[in-house]
Amino acid sequence: MDFLQPVLDGFGVVLAPTNLLYCLLGVVIGMLIGVLPGLGPAATIAILLPLTYGIDPVTAIIMLAGIFYGAQYGGTITSVLLRLPGEASSVVTVFDGYQLAKQGKAGTALGIAAIGSFVGGTIGIVGLTFLAPIVAGFALDFGPPEYAALALLGILLVATISNGSKTKALIAAALGLLLATVGRDVFTGAERFTFGNLDLADGIDFVPVAMGLFGLGEILYNLEERHRAAKAPAKVANVWPSRADLKQSSGAIGRGSVLGFFLGILPGGGATISSLAAYALEKKRSKNPERFGKGAVEGVAAPETANNAAATSSFIPLLTLGIPANATMALMFGALLIQGVTPGPQLVDQHPDLFWGVVNSMYIGNILLLIMSIPLVGIFVKILRVRAAILAPVTALITMLGAYTINNSMFDVVLVVAFGIIGYLMKKFGFEPGPLVLAFVLGSLLEANLRRSLLVLNGDLGGFFGRPISATLLVIFVFVAVWPMIQSLLAKRKANHALVTSTSQKAKETV
Amino acid sequence: MNETAKAIPVPTESDEDLTPEQLAAQWEAEAPPSAGPVANFAASLVATVLGIIGIVLSVRLGLGTPSQPQPGLWPFIMSLVITVLGLAQLVVGRKGGEGEKFSRLSWLVLFGAATLIGLVALMPVIGFEIPSLLLSFIWMKFLGGETWRSAVLYSVLVVAAFYGIFILGLGTTIPHLF
Repeated sequence: MDFLQPVLDGFGVVLAPTNLLYCLLGVVIGMLIGVLPGLGPAATIAILLPLTYGIDPVTAIIMLAGIFYGAQYGGTITSVLLRLPGEASSVVTVFDGYQLAKQGKAGTALGIAAIGSFVGGTIGIVGLTFLAPIVAGFALDFGPPEYAALALLGILLVATISNGSKTKALIAAALGLLLATVGRDVFTGAERFTFGNLDLADGIDFVPVAMGLFGLGEILYNLEERHRAAKAPAKVANVWPSRADLKQSSGAIGRGSVLGFFLGILPGGGATISSLAAYALEKKRSKNPERFGKGAVEGVAAPETANNAAATSSFIPLLTLGIPANATMALMFGALLIQGVTPGPQLVDQHPDLFWGVVNSMYIGNILLLIMSIPLVGIFVKILRVRAAILAPVTALITMLGAYTINNSMFDVVLVVAFGIIGYLMKKFGFEPGPLVLAFVLGSLLEANLRRSLLVLNGDLGGFFGRPISATLLVIFVFVAVWPMIQSLLAKRKANHALVTSTSQKAKETV
Repeated sequence: MNETAKAIPVPTESDEDLTPEQLAAQWEAEAPPSAGPVANFAASLVATVLGIIGIVLSVRLGLGTPSQPQPGLWPFIMSLVITVLGLAQLVVGRKGGEGEKFSRLSWLVLFGAATLIGLVALMPVIGFEIPSLLLSFIWMKFLGGETWRSAVLYSVLVVAAFYGIFILGLGTTIPHLF
């Protein structure tokens, strides 16, 4: 019962009216913005980070989590109705979802996606509930060397799993780590890279960096993508899937949940990869794979279930190890730090209300999503009629004014604009902003633990290999670092599969 | 939901019946052309130069030894990594396959960024209202191609809404004129 008591207390936290309200608010905002093509979950959370300043930590994270999975589902709506994936993890849903919509079964596709998302999300939460305390307990023994190795591995994985050039992603990550050193050195008090600027003496805040790179950078980028105008949406009717459809997709939902859950835990994994993997798995298992791409219900059910399960399970490394597994989780990490909460193995014990409150809010969020998505699809579709030309300045101004309100400082707004322009240029030159943000948020943790380890080990780098866990992590690190070279040699022999490459390219555009 | 029913597109386009493979190919064809070797050269060069500057500055901070690290050691390592990777990218990516070429539409972004800088410069002086109004009007009319009437109307509405939310509602201290 010792284990269950905090879990049950967590429900008490969620069911507090304020938290319920913010959970609802998060899910609705997430769905609304998820429906708009161009701004994915990371951009949405980045733009709305200032909202969380005035409120309680638990409430803030509940709302951000709501935005996150709301945006997942919002992306599905545009995939099915417009053949425009609202965000990267819904790209594969387009193939069968849009075909179903053309056959007049848009409702079925959206209904199956909602049910799949609910099941995947719920299985993810159950897994999270039982797995997270175990992982956290294991990680309690971690010392500085383990943390340094873990952070290094996490950053490397996120950089190498990203689309596009691995070298450029690694450059971005290293740049993020370098940016994190700006300001006063905590060990010696020396000022680094501040150039005598008082605003820089306290270091660069995470929020303006994230708002600039993910938010404003994305808004600027969309200015030139305006020509890809949306078509008018197809008709939505009969949202409840038939019993036959449900029966047909139940296997896909089950497998998608499990696959998504495990892929979501891996650093660099997350929603996008698991949706691709779940689709591929269903197509492979199917007795008649030629149905896929022509309106197979499983082709919608599998990826949508998997991306929600992964979205949920990607909270595990964040909440138990304090290592975000992807860019969106890096934003959650930043948001928690702002609230004075450092995610890590102690979180379950020290802040059980926060830990279980957030976990349990996901049940509520998923139920809200299921309740709202099916009957309210029509309203969300109407959002699509708002012209991008009018939305763009609104989102830009929200970002700028929001940035000001964080510290009442114009300097933060200047940073947002600067990082917005950098973010746009990075995208144009093939550098992904994700690894930079992730590395930036982990930068001080990594440096502090590295220096502490060097003190503990008396400057002996070999000491990292003398401890089993840090040794294992570093061996994996080396393997991951070398693997792309081996892989590119292998790839030169084999012609790339056209579908996979272009799908991930499309995914890249909508992140 | 009936509202949406009226908006059914006339599905006459030939691209409606694409298989996933064809659709993926079409996406690829529609995707902007990659930035090319010159852009890769420039980007890698910028990264390398940034790395070298970082190395110089961190050496000045003092490196120390592994057992007695000085503030410059960690930034030095990162700058070294950036420099090495930048040089590697000069070679690896010399054919250029990533990024996107700048197009005519990229001028819109430059223009948009300039208005944002203008907003930042003017806001502390004359408050957020007039710069925001100008920004949304410019973005709607010139970057978005709205009509004069809707651009004026929506800009005024947007700024009024922001005034209502940020100043009257939330009572924030955003510099304001009125």
